[in-house]
Amino acid sequence: MDWFELLFAAEVAVGGLLSGVMYALVAIGFVLIYKTSGVLNFAQGAMVLFAALTFVNLVERGVPFWVSVAVTLAAMTALGFGIERTVLRPLANRSPMTLFMATLGLSYVIEGAAQLIWGTQVHRLDLGISNAPFEVWGIFISTFDLVAAAIAAALVAALTAFFRFTHTGLAFRAVADDQFAALAVGLRLDRIWATVWAAAGVVALVAGLLWGARLGVQFSLSLIVLKALPVLVLGGFDSILGAIVAGLVIGATEKLAEVYIGPFFGGGIEGWFAYAVALIVLLVRPSGLFGQKRVERY
Amino acid sequence: MSVLLEFRDVEASYGGAIAALHGVSLSLAEGEFAALLGANGAGKTTLLKAASNLLPAERGRISAGHILFDGQDVTAHDPGDHLRRGLVPVLEGRRCFKNLTIEENLITGAIGRGLRRTSIAQGLEQVYDLFPRLKERRKVAAGLTSGGEQQMAAIGRGLMARPRLFVLDEPSMGLAPLVVTEIFEALTRLNVETGLTLLVAEQNSAVALKHAHNATVIENGRSVLQGRAADLAARSDIRDSYLGGASV
Ligand SMILES: Nc1ncnc2c1ncn2[C@@H]1O[C@H](COP(=O)(O)OP(=O)(O)OP(=O)(O)O)[C@@H](O)[C@H]1O
Ligand SMILES: [Mg+2]
Repeated sequence: MDWFELLFAAEVAVGGLLSGVMYALVAIGFVLIYKTSGVLNFAQGAMVLFAALTFVNLVERGVPFWVSVAVTLAAMTALGFGIERTVLRPLANRSPMTLFMATLGLSYVIEGAAQLIWGTQVHRLDLGISNAPFEVWGIFISTFDLVAAAIAAALVAALTAFFRFTHTGLAFRAVADDQFAALAVGLRLDRIWATVWAAAGVVALVAGLLWGARLGVQFSLSLIVLKALPVLVLGGFDSILGAIVAGLVIGATEKLAEVYIGPFFGGGIEGWFAYAVALIVLLVRPSGLFGQKRVERY
Repeated sequence: MSVLLEFRDVEASYGGAIAALHGVSLSLAEGEFAALLGANGAGKTTLLKAASNLLPAERGRISAGHILFDGQDVTAHDPGDHLRRGLVPVLEGRRCFKNLTIEENLITGAIGRGLRRTSIAQGLEQVYDLFPRLKERRKVAAGLTSGGEQQMAAIGRGLMARPRLFVLDEPSMGLAPLVVTEIFEALTRLNVETGLTLLVAEQNSAVALKHAHNATVIENGRSVLQGRAADLAARSDIRDSYLGGASV
C-alpha cells in the first residue's frame, strides 16, 4: 500500500468510527433497560423516532431550539414513566419472551402514535452544526460527525457519573446485580425502572437528534434498532462499555469492509456485514466481548 | 413482653401446586433471640420469606393462616414497606451485590430504608465496629471477598436498615467453625446490647441452640417442637430424629 492508499483507509476508518458512535448511542439505550430489568426493549428505535419527530415538529412550528429540547426531554421522560407503569409493571415476573413481545408491540404503538400526532412526511433537521469537512494530517473529517461524537461522549460521561456517584445510581447497579436481593433490601424497583426508562428516553432523544440531522427525520429512523442489535451481540447486552467499543468496531469495520471487500460481492455489504460479525461472535463467545457470563447459583 | 412477629397455622405453596408449609405456628416476643431449626427442605426459607412477603416474587403464596408483624397482616404490604417498618431479612446464601464494593453493599441497605447521608455515616461506623474486617475490605468488590466476609456484609447491609426484627436465613452456611462463632457472637452482642429481636434459621443446630433463647423445630413444613434452647440442646433424641443427627 502506498501512502495515499493508507491515508484513504484511515479516512474510511475514522468516518466509520464516528458513525459507530451513533450505533453505540442507540445500543446504550438498550443496555440501560436490559441491565436493570432483563427486558430487551425493541421499542428503543421507536423511541428514537418519536423523540426526533417531536423535536423537529416543534422547531418547524417556531418553538425556539432550547425550548424544543426541553419539551421533548419532558415528553420522553413522561413516555418512559408511562411505559413502565402501563406495560412493564403489570408484566413483572413474566418470562423474558413475554416482555420482549410486549416491547415489540409497544414499538408499533409508539410509531403509530407518532404518525397520528406528527404525520408521515420526511423532515429536514438542522442542528446548526457545520457539515464542512476539515483536514488533520491529510485525513478529511466531517465536523458534524466529530461534534456528534463529542455530544455522545458527554452523554456517556454524564450517565457514568450518575451511576457512580449518586444513590439512585447505586440502587440501579444493585438492581442490575441481583434483583431479588434488591427487593429484599427495600430498594424501590418500580421507581428505579421508571428512572431507567426515562434515562433511555433521554438517550433516545440525543440519538434521534443526531441521526435525524444526518439522515433526515423519517420513519426509517426507527430501523436503527436493526443496527444496534449486532452491536449488542458483539458488546454484550449488559455492558455500557461493551456497547461503546462494539459500536466503534462495527462502525469502522463495516465501512472498511464496504470499501475493500465490497467489490468482491458487488458492493452493498454494509447492510449485512454487522450481522455476519454478530453471528461469528455468537458462535465463539455468546455473552459478547464485555457481557457478564451468567454465574450458576451453587 | 409484647409479641413482635406471629405465625398462625401458616400454610404456603409455590406456583399454586407445590405445598411447602403445612401449618407452622410460632410467636416471637420483643427482645427475643429465636432459632428456627429443620433439615434440608423442611421449609425454613419459605417461612422466613413469607414473613417479609417475599413469596410472591418467587411465585409462591400463603395459602392459609396468618403472619402478623407488629399486629398487622404481612401480606398487605410490600417487602420494602416491611423493611421500613423494621422487619429486615438477610437472605439465604448471603446474596451480596457482587459487583458492588463492600461499602456500597452496606449503603444499599440504608438507601432501602430511606436514610440520609449523616445516618448512613453513623450506620457504617457501627457496622465496622461490629465487623472490623469489613472496614479493611470496604473498597473491594463483594464478589471477590471470602464467604465469611460476604456473610458479614449481608448482615451489615441489614443492620444499615436499623432493624427492630432481624430475620436471618442460615448465616452459617458453608463457613468455617471459627467464622460461624464470630458471627453468632456478633448477633448475641446485638441482642444483648441493643435489645434487637432475632429470628435465625439454621441447620447447624448446635451453634444456634447455644446462642438462642428459644427454638422451634420444623419438619416437612410443620412445626413439631418448641422450647427453650437449653432444654432442646440437652436432649440428644431430638437431634437424632429431627435434625438429621447433626453433630455438635
Ligand atoms: N422457589 C420455589 N419454587 C418451588 N418450590 C420451592 C421453591 N423454594 C422452595 N421450594 C420447595 O419448598 C420446600 C421447602 O423449601 P425451603 O427452601 O423452604 O426449605 P429449607 O428448610 O430452607 O431448606 P434448606 O435447609 O435446604 O435451605 C422444598 O420442598 C422445596 O423444594
Ligand atoms: Mg433454606
